Amino acid sequence: MTKFVKGNEAVVIGALYAGCDLYFGYPITPASEIAHGAAKWFPMLGRVFVQAECETASVNMMFGAAAAGKLCMTATSGPGFSLMQEGLSYLAGAELPAVVVDVMRAGPGLGNVYPEQGDYTPAVKGGGHGNYSTFTVAPASVQEMCDLTIHAFRMAAKYRNPAIVLVDGLQGQMMETLTLPDGEDARPDFSAWAAQGVPATRGNLVKSIFLDAAAQERFNEKLQAKYAAWRCEARAETWMADDADVLLCGYGISSRIARSAVAALRGRGVKAGLFRPVTLNPFPAEALAAAAAGRRILAVELDAGQFADDLRLNLAKSGLGAEAAGVAMVNRMGGQTVSAEAAAKAAEAVLGK
Amino acid sequence: MDTIAQQGMYPEFPRCGKEHARSTHYCAGCGHGIANKLVAGVCAELDLQDRTIFVDPVGCGVFTYYYWDAAHVSAAHGRASAAATGVARARPDAVTIAYQGDGDLGAIGFNNAFQAASRGEKFGCIFINNSLYGMTGGQMAPTTLEGERTTTTPFGRDPALTGHPLHVCEVFDRLQAPVYIARVSVADTRRIMQARAAIRRVFEIQRDGGGYALLEILAPCPTNFGMDPLKAAAFCMGEMEREFPLGVFRDTGKGVRGNGAAAENAQAAPESPFLAVKPVPRAASCAELFAEPPGAEAPPPANDPSVPERRFKFAGFGGQGILSLGICVAEAARMERRHALWFPSYGPEQRGGSASCSVVTSGTAIGSPVVERPDVLVCMNLPSYLRFAGDVKEGGAILLDESARDAPPPPPGVDLITVPAIRMAEELGVPKAANTMMLAALRKYSLTGLDPASLENALAASFRKKPQLAEKNRGLLREAESRLPDRRGGAD
Repeated sequence: MTKFVKGNEAVVIGALYAGCDLYFGYPITPASEIAHGAAKWFPMLGRVFVQAECETASVNMMFGAAAAGKLCMTATSGPGFSLMQEGLSYLAGAELPAVVVDVMRAGPGLGNVYPEQGDYTPAVKGGGHGNYSTFTVAPASVQEMCDLTIHAFRMAAKYRNPAIVLVDGLQGQMMETLTLPDGEDARPDFSAWAAQGVPATRGNLVKSIFLDAAAQERFNEKLQAKYAAWRCEARAETWMADDADVLLCGYGISSRIARSAVAALRGRGVKAGLFRPVTLNPFPAEALAAAAAGRRILAVELDAGQFADDLRLNLAKSGLGAEAAGVAMVNRMGGQTVSAEAAAKAAEAVLGK
Repeated sequence: MDTIAQQGMYPEFPRCGKEHARSTHYCAGCGHGIANKLVAGVCAELDLQDRTIFVDPVGCGVFTYYYWDAAHVSAAHGRASAAATGVARARPDAVTIAYQGDGDLGAIGFNNAFQAASRGEKFGCIFINNSLYGMTGGQMAPTTLEGERTTTTPFGRDPALTGHPLHVCEVFDRLQAPVYIARVSVADTRRIMQARAAIRRVFEIQRDGGGYALLEILAPCPTNFGMDPLKAAAFCMGEMEREFPLGVFRDTGKGVRGNGAAAENAQAAPESPFLAVKPVPRAASCAELFAEPPGAEAPPPANDPSVPERRFKFAGFGGQGILSLGICVAEAARMERRHALWFPSYGPEQRGGSASCSVVTSGTAIGSPVVERPDVLVCMNLPSYLRFAGDVKEGGAILLDESARDAPPPPPGVDLITVPAIRMAEELGVPKAANTMMLAALRKYSLTGLDPASLENALAASFRKKPQLAEKNRGLLREAESRLPDRRGGAD
């Protein structure tokens, strides 16, 4: 069955189907509809909504709820996401599952509430202190804002690590048809490590402190092994890429713009294709290498080039140094979007047309 | 004498990294050590170790998980009250106890503690006040006494520069929700016995259904006071108690949330229709909660490359229903199993004068949601026309309300149709329905590429919360359509 809903609403719907029991949040445009939906729907299903006093509180409330063995979430935008970085480091350091939705807006500072993708690096590489990172998904439709939110909860629980749903203000505000999930996920059993206030968990301790340097190093190695293990979860989408001369690369909203550009280019007889990471961490490096080998690359993004740099890094690590060196970019910032036509023209320029 | 295990402590402390460790990390004469023993003893005495979740701070209290035999959550600096909120909300049947120091609670985490108290979160907060930061090296805390020398007030705390000592109990006592607030000391035997009784009260409140409880414990810190334990205890009982008098600020004798202090202390709300707490309607499952009403159900979009993409822009003043008109067209497309997308102008501009939204319908997956070149533009006023008319594709159409006088001609190849939407809605006695009049024009002049029945069903579905209005608007749509001229009218 389908509903016509905003992307921000689809996030809440996905969270509820995923078995999320608690929502902690602080209002911020353009993510507020997620709090609005949660405030209404969580209690209707007997679940918990708490409006926190600040984003620092939100993320630390999540720390407590996750430590107590329940699935929980928050949603925010740039300034609030910055405030949560310390908490994300603690969540990763205590190996706690939780989901943060970052509906990106333009920055730096107060910036404005229009769409940008400038939070790429903190959302993908770990924006807080220490050697950690998050499992990060990048929806490109209202359907995926539901489905990948569910996936984020599953990955957070499977790997005991915070997960981030990285979208932008445009996707949060837009409405599309959502096909509702078939059924609700069962609640995971965290009693092996969580503090649940029952006899079986009395001996459990949730912490991120290792006073002993050797123990702290061992823990860091364990985290890095976990991040290596989740590389098998990398996902990507390609479209019209098989015979492409130029590969347009973008995630989230930029991939939608790139898709329109590819369609326009194909209409003009230009062999263009689309590569779109669905997971940003783990980055789908192998799929990128397969799609990009021997081709010109054009990054389409709403930031200063954070994503293009990651394309170069991943291509270079895959041994595609020439392709990495040739990555071009078409971008806008400040809440402006790249038009499909601008992306198409940039792709033609890359091909010397 | 009870064994250490019977007093709620682990018999040995291997979590500290040393085998067979039996001593704590606290300095001789430190109030934490005494408070630790009291907390653990009360937890065991009340048989609550299985139910208790301790939320530990950052500071000298960080290692209580070495000692207390119960579940522990080690929070970030200052955030124990926020973390305890999460624990207590996740596990309402647990006994949740946060343990915080005066830097942790009084400074960096003050607002988290204060707001948790104000919400009446169901946990007990044990707050150690030793008038300075212990673990980081004896710096000034908000609780540092006037004239007290610390490593960051080497000449004594000067109130002219650093303010006065923060009285946490007195501040929290201004709140309605807490059920228990008290200040005790662990500086001598008599005070320790009083402290034990107060700690017991904090646990009992949580055991019996809960409510927010704050217990401040004055504690000597010989190391950072630069005194021997006896002098430190004397300072604690003398200078510190003069600044922070002991006593019970509040004990409602109630523990149950919603049946305790908050309800009792609350002044009777004035009679007002705006101030009612309504019962939350319940749904048994997600499927029940998100079910579409009959008539609005539709399967997922079907791919049909023969259906071309069509891009719409709707613009007008806020309050003219321009956003819901766009949703209606997109919903109709959804009901016909087309791909459909709606996107509003948002942010500060939605609270100002103008409103606009974009709609894309297609037989195949939609790429960019940004409508730069609409096929169809609907304008309720002249400013919208002036802003967007130039973007309309050649071969496209513009519907413009007739109130927009002196509109310049449209771009070449674009059809401008004037619609008396606002006037017609007023004539029909429903001035708010100018958007429905525009929908009638879109339908009559076949500008959407959608089945007329779908547009009407989508209009009815937009009133899913007020079914009586659905039928009325179906009637308005048909009436408006009959009043509009049959053939497209050009610009005046």
